[in-house]
Amino acid sequence: MFNIAVASNIFAVARHLKHFYADYTVNDSGDFTDLYVEVKAVGGLRRFYKPQVTFTFDGYEPFAPLPLNQAPAMFEWGLNWAIANTAHQYLIIHSAIIEKDGYGLIMPGTPGSGKSTLCAALINRGWRLLSDEMALLSLDDGLIYPAPRPVSLKNKSIQIIKDFSAEAVFGEVVPDTLKGDIAHMVAPESALLQQSTPVKPAFLVFPHYQDNAEKQLKQLPKARALMTLAEHAFNFNILGEEGFDAMANMIDQVECYDFTYADLATALEGIDSLVK
Amino acid sequence: MLDDHLVVQFLRDYGQETLHTINFMEYPWETLIRQSRRVNLLSRIAFFLRELELLDSVPEQPRIHFINSIKLSDANARSAKVEVKAIHKALSAAEVDFVLLKGAAYVWSGVDAGKGRLFTDTDILVTKETLPAAERALAHNGWFTSSLDRYTQQFYREWMHEIPPMTHLKRQTTVDVHHTIIPPTSRLKPKPTKLWQQADAMQNMPGLFVLSPIDMIIHSATHLFHEGEFDQGLRDISDLDLLIRQGVVSEDKWQELLNRSEELDLVKPVYYALNFSYKILHTPVPDEIIARARKLSKMSYVSSKMMDMLFSRALATKHETSPVKGQGFARFLLYIRSHWLKMPVHLLIPHLCRKSWLRLTGQKDH
Repeated sequence: MFNIAVASNIFAVARHLKHFYADYTVNDSGDFTDLYVEVKAVGGLRRFYKPQVTFTFDGYEPFAPLPLNQAPAMFEWGLNWAIANTAHQYLIIHSAIIEKDGYGLIMPGTPGSGKSTLCAALINRGWRLLSDEMALLSLDDGLIYPAPRPVSLKNKSIQIIKDFSAEAVFGEVVPDTLKGDIAHMVAPESALLQQSTPVKPAFLVFPHYQDNAEKQLKQLPKARALMTLAEHAFNFNILGEEGFDAMANMIDQVECYDFTYADLATALEGIDSLVK
Repeated sequence: MLDDHLVVQFLRDYGQETLHTINFMEYPWETLIRQSRRVNLLSRIAFFLRELELLDSVPEQPRIHFINSIKLSDANARSAKVEVKAIHKALSAAEVDFVLLKGAAYVWSGVDAGKGRLFTDTDILVTKETLPAAERALAHNGWFTSSLDRYTQQFYREWMHEIPPMTHLKRQTTVDVHHTIIPPTSRLKPKPTKLWQQADAMQNMPGLFVLSPIDMIIHSATHLFHEGEFDQGLRDISDLDLLIRQGVVSEDKWQELLNRSEELDLVKPVYYALNFSYKILHTPVPDEIIARARKLSKMSYVSSKMMDMLFSRALATKHETSPVKGQGFARFLLYIRSHWLKMPVHLLIPHLCRKSWLRLTGQKDH
């Protein structure tokens, strides 16, 4: 868990926090804060002509300014960046991580693989969300720790999930960002209730969305899985040997699959069949 | 104004070996972490805590940040070593000798200034004669000059002490190749051949050198007080503090440092370095040595007072937990000064005009 302080002079950011983080714990003033982030509108003449927003973390500005209407998304991306660049007590894997019946499922995804869509669908069907963006694999105990946050969906996936689940609560759609149209979905209650409970990784599934493909769950050789997963780790090079060992140990324990699917319903069946 | 900065206080305590006396349970760790992260000193501070076996006394939440930042500087050192080996392989095949400078040199030679030192680019010095061969050898091994516009390319090659940065195609690492330590157009005229004469050869790596301990101090001083970039100012002062404490341990050595700065025509930056490192981090520089350095630098009382005022503002850590009045303006004046020092007026005016124009029109500035 991370204690975060946010400073912003943008109303939309306040509204975003109220909408998506209403049920999170508010710290006491004496508590240690891990990360201070700022999401601020660029001042000066910029306010009147194509207004912009910047993200700052203790003086660092990792991204170029974005159009002001993307401020809430920039907060989410910036916070991901700040965590990925400081939380080296974990091996941080760019992937969705969900849990059912005590089994942790890691789902790394390249763009277009459908990782986020699958993750959003599964957490509306009985799986618990730990994170849709980063799996935090502890170097101490080999468990994966939750960092539940709003789930980010892009383009067509937004409507797919809205159609899929009537209960899913969404924010506004922000058009034309670097990642296309995006919208956030509120993290389900179960994610927050169990935010202090880590999971033991059990499955590593690389999803591949493919039009008209037969559903196929194919076991992946462990060495291959390791090589591929290494490319999805944010801080593999920083952790060096320690990171390699953590990943190798995890790969030893989990079942590894390549998973090809063409539609959501059969995809969910395929993934659910793993824990049965 | 520097006394309020927690990170400054912390570094002083380290230097005076009083760090173990701070109240670990009540200490404002959060502010220290934020301030030091801002000036790229978090890893060094964490390194000091570990070195003194004090990390376990730090409460768990801040301790995690310190440990993580040590991982960061360890990774930095690891990849720097890979990088230096690759550069060495490329250059030794072309029979080009080189001197490592700054961060890479501190880490490679294992001096105290390498403790928790973070850096991105590898800086090297070659002789002017071998510069074309060095550039070719690096290009043959995957380092390429990034696509700068013609003005910038030409500007570097005609007036600067280094060629445009070369970036490795695969690793995306950058090497800065220098042929002297300040732009040849500067008023001060240090001769790079003199640096070569006293450079230390590295074991098992024929052709690889680092500057002598005394010259490391002089170069670090020159880099900070001649270049006009103060964003990493406190980190650089901390480097100087560590270099001085380690390298100048006797009356003879002080004398050697002053003589050598005179010989290299770099007394002024060395005076600033001694003065500010003493003022800011309480580096044990005898008053008499500072006075002598000032005298050798031939600065007037008024100009030394004025520079004092500007540098102490510019060097302070800027952070919302410790705002510094007038820092922006001081840094601006020093930026102008650095150009003034580096270039004769007939070069300076057109160059600054061009830069302002690019900035105003929102084009990229190099």
